[in-house]
Amino acid sequence: MGSDAPPIIQVSDVTVGYDHHIVLKDVTFEVRAGEVFCILGGSGCGKSTLLKHMIGLHRPMAGSILVDGTDIVTAEGEERRALLGRIGVAYQNGALFGSMSLIENICMVLEEFTSLPRQAMQAIARMKMKVVGLQDAGDRMPSELSGGMRKRAAIARALALDPKILFLDEPSAGLDPITAAQLDELIVELSQTLRITFVIVTHELASIFAVADRVIMLDKERQTIIARGSPEELRDRSDDPWVRQFFHRQSSSA
Amino acid sequence: MADSGTATLDYEPLAEGGLRLVLKGTLNAAGIQQLWRQAMRQVAQSDPAALEIDARGVESLDAAGMALLLELKAQQEQRRQDFRIRGLRDDLSDLMKLFDPGPPAPPKPGPGLLVRFVHRVGEISHGVLVGFHTQVNFLGEIFVRLLSVLVRPSRLRWADTFLIAEKAGANAVGIVALMGFLIGLILAFQSAIGMRKFGAEIYVADLVVLVLFRELGPLITAFILTSRSGSAFAAELGTMKVNEEVDALVTMGVDPVQFLALPRLVAAICVMPLLTLFNELFGLIGCGLVMRSFGFPVATYIDQIQEAASLGDLFGGLAKTFVFGGLIAGIGCLRGLQTGKSPSAVGDSATRAVVSGIVAIVVVDGVFAVMYYYLGI
Repeated sequence: MGSDAPPIIQVSDVTVGYDHHIVLKDVTFEVRAGEVFCILGGSGCGKSTLLKHMIGLHRPMAGSILVDGTDIVTAEGEERRALLGRIGVAYQNGALFGSMSLIENICMVLEEFTSLPRQAMQAIARMKMKVVGLQDAGDRMPSELSGGMRKRAAIARALALDPKILFLDEPSAGLDPITAAQLDELIVELSQTLRITFVIVTHELASIFAVADRVIMLDKERQTIIARGSPEELRDRSDDPWVRQFFHRQSSSA
Repeated sequence: MADSGTATLDYEPLAEGGLRLVLKGTLNAAGIQQLWRQAMRQVAQSDPAALEIDARGVESLDAAGMALLLELKAQQEQRRQDFRIRGLRDDLSDLMKLFDPGPPAPPKPGPGLLVRFVHRVGEISHGVLVGFHTQVNFLGEIFVRLLSVLVRPSRLRWADTFLIAEKAGANAVGIVALMGFLIGLILAFQSAIGMRKFGAEIYVADLVVLVLFRELGPLITAFILTSRSGSAFAAELGTMKVNEEVDALVTMGVDPVQFLALPRLVAAICVMPLLTLFNELFGLIGCGLVMRSFGFPVATYIDQIQEAASLGDLFGGLAKTFVFGGLIAGIGCLRGLQTGKSPSAVGDSATRAVVSGIVAIVVVDGVFAVMYYYLGI
């Protein structure tokens, strides 16, 4: 994606945390339309917490988060609903509804946001399943799927409403390298063909280099962004010892 | 999907039974909403030998629009008839290829209604028999472990046992007492209606004490324990199963039945008779209240129940409660250990623990009734 693309997400001076415990302080960054943007960092640095604030699940302690022109922190009612219709989220464990088949999981979202005939919803659901390569698994229940299939199905459900932005929480965590690579290919394909903006939380190095246009890196100790740029820039040019350790897979004692 | 959109549909017949659908405008969810039924109806009515979509006027296309085109294509393919799209922009055409799930799999020919019925009946019967077999097997296994604990008491996890006994027993005293009081009260009032006709209200005490000691006390307490603790046992063990904690026990060389089920079994067997005594005591207090309101002095009431019920009635009832306690814990633990992997599995196990617990209690109570009749207890 060109670096001149307009920002679709603007996170300004955001402080996030739980109760009185601050996890990240004064975080500012923007995500450009159409790019694959990764949020990196070690375990417990607040990656997933930041993501949950960006999708409106939690309110930040301070700052504003503009998603596709709407402040997700203050938006309410129809405005918020319309925004939620323009974003899709795939959670770490899929978060598929266990009592419904995969097709029903997708149709449920469509029922909520459109008034299409049932047959149309099912046709759309089958299409989304095809995109993620699960065209033959539509009638299966989530419990019958492998980890990789469940992640793909979660992406299919997140795609249900043709979102402009897709948020993925640790998409390749717990997958074997081949399945993880297939998932990365899917992300790149969706980004290129559907022009979807991706915001991905991950700490898998291989995935970062395979998919990311730009990344930010968070640090638990400093509670903020410690590096930003393309993954190659961070790997080759960063002076920050933690960033170097992360990209060269060294332990802190090395 | 955008909320607004204008799409139009026209159709014109083609030579040799063909049909052309002319689509124009923005084919999105809002635009497709009306067009979908119209297009499907038109195609179903004309059953065209060839269907041609004129998409020159299509400005944009989202998933809903693509779904319409792909559904029409799939239907034509199913009918083994021609389908083509003319004039669709190249970029939209490429996008459609990405989403096209291909022809739907033909439905597999299934067996006839009668065969399916027989198959289902057989399947259910087999399930019931296997379930019964597993239940008896598990109860037998756990009973053997219980005997081994009697020989070597140190093999039982006593700290867990006391904790479970507190949760299942001491914490249930309130509800058990309340239920007993209300049952005693209601029973006394209802039986007084009949007894009053013969001026025999004093015998209400006889009836209530016998029914409570021999039948209702143990039964009501067992139902409370099943729904309160049997379901909890199933849910606790079920959650452990889902979280692979049970597997961890097995790989550590710890027997899950010994570790998890036995403390619950011993706790339930110990608290069940005590809870029953509470239930019966408060039942008698409830009944006494009604007798007092009929004008009988408390001393008369106590004399009456002493004459009516023997220790044999009390202990006969209490003997059953040991078995009920064992059944409740055994079935609860079994259902918990049988928990599957789906999110609803724990809930299903808890439900099954209550249902099979209640059924088992009533069946065993029936066996006791027949046994006591022949033994003259």
